[in-house]
Amino acid sequence: MNVEPPVRVEDKLYYNRYLVDVGHPHVKVRAHTRPSPQLLALLKACPARCYELNDDGQVEITVDGCIECGTCRVIAEPTGDIQWSHPRGGYGVLFKFG
Amino acid sequence: MIEERFDAIVVGAGMAGNAAALTMAKRGMKVLQLERGEYPGSKNVQGAILYADMMEKLVPEFREEAPLERHLIEQRFWMMDDRSHVGMHYRSEDFNEERPNRYTIIRAQFDKWFSSKVREAGATVLCETTVTELARDERERIVGVRTDRRDGEIHADVVVLAEGVNGLLGTRAGLRARPTPDNVALAVKEMHFLPRETIEARFNLKGDEGVVIEAAGTISRGMTGMGFIYANKECISLGIGCLVADFQRTGQTPYGLLDQFKRHPSVAPLIAGSEVKEYSAHLIPEGGYKSIPQLYGEGWVVVGDAAQLNNAIHREGSNLAMTSGRIAAEAIDLVKSRGEPMSATNLSIYKKLLDDSFVIKDLKKYKDFPPLMHTHSQNFFLTYPQLISKAMQNFVRVDGTPKAEKEKATLKSFVKARSWTGLFGDAYRFARAWR
Repeated sequence: MNVEPPVRVEDKLYYNRYLVDVGHPHVKVRAHTRPSPQLLALLKACPARCYELNDDGQVEITVDGCIECGTCRVIAEPTGDIQWSHPRGGYGVLFKFG
Repeated sequence: MIEERFDAIVVGAGMAGNAAALTMAKRGMKVLQLERGEYPGSKNVQGAILYADMMEKLVPEFREEAPLERHLIEQRFWMMDDRSHVGMHYRSEDFNEERPNRYTIIRAQFDKWFSSKVREAGATVLCETTVTELARDERERIVGVRTDRRDGEIHADVVVLAEGVNGLLGTRAGLRARPTPDNVALAVKEMHFLPRETIEARFNLKGDEGVVIEAAGTISRGMTGMGFIYANKECISLGIGCLVADFQRTGQTPYGLLDQFKRHPSVAPLIAGSEVKEYSAHLIPEGGYKSIPQLYGEGWVVVGDAAQLNNAIHREGSNLAMTSGRIAAEAIDLVKSRGEPMSATNLSIYKKLLDDSFVIKDLKKYKDFPPLMHTHSQNFFLTYPQLISKAMQNFVRVDGTPKAEKEKATLKSFVKARSWTGLFGDAYRFARAWR
């Protein structure tokens, strides 16, 4: 078996242009003590790795690198685990190529 | 508050929205188009292939003006296992024609140009504006929109929802359901830049000739998914997508799949030495015919990805988007020209016209395909590619084994993996879904 080198998502996001709407995250995680299976799935499924597990075992989001694909909305909005909106007009990821 | 009243408001400036806004503006309607991105295209992601026939119907002279990358003269399909690919390539000099049939494009650049045509036709295009809600009257009819600007409500006779696969307005207003994990795929993509000559040498191209590769097999690790490699002028669009339900179930990471695809021995030499300039992701509607929602109602229509109009088998989406946008606009114009209200009954003409077009006919043809691919993803995306690769290796490797023994071994490997019943069942199910 060949061992795969770890993928550094932050290096990928570094190529992109963003206008971060400081103080107005467009996705929010509902407060919880134990994360649901849906929330835990986001740790892997989010292509920008916006979701991380904190020291208390809760799922947190940092939206700055979000590429607005909507995967987390499809998985975790139905259960109420996250609130999902588009960023305000002009903010968020700004694709040069798309 | 914008006191002005519009004939139509179009939400979104992708392929569907631009097609709708352009068509209505050309016919003299007063159109407002709202786009949340900094400029039209800045939020839009696609592989991307442009289909000339559908574009010609909107802007006949697009070939002279639009930022096109390469016209396609070759299509490659690859069935991959971990170390090999079995390919079917179709290349023809016929595609070096006066009016080529397909082009690669870069969406952010193309959409900006497309939008300039919409403006030229007389529509008002307002960017950096997120529509937050649909406005209704006391009889629950859609009468306009609310945005995140301090403009209050903007009113129009009809709202065209071209808000893309993640359209929130329609789902929040209860006009359609949110996409489910098993009817959308998540695709991730990188833009790899290389000198023009390098791309042409690696893909066997001259001038503006282009090639696209669609790949399936063990690259999706048993999930329902596909990879793609599209040659642009000075860069290569490379990506891979799988059903969101499969990502959720397996815990595979999208970037892990992408990097594994890039390292595949058939792929790595194509992008060696490239400079990556963007990483993007997007959802693709994969549910097909059965996932198409209600397409019209009191004062609204929905078009493009928002309506799940995507042909997953032929990898066609933007042409269905463009066509649905154009047809919706023509339907609206028809109702308006009769001086009738934009009621659900009157707007139902949109669905009738769409049903008669290739858009719905094609989706109907493949209506059973998405569930088949999903429930049998292990067989179609893992087992068969591995078996076929082994069979090909057995066929071409010369090692002194008599050919009859080789054939016997190949057949045995198929029966062992899937059993006779399984093999015939798969062939039957596949043929039936294709029919």
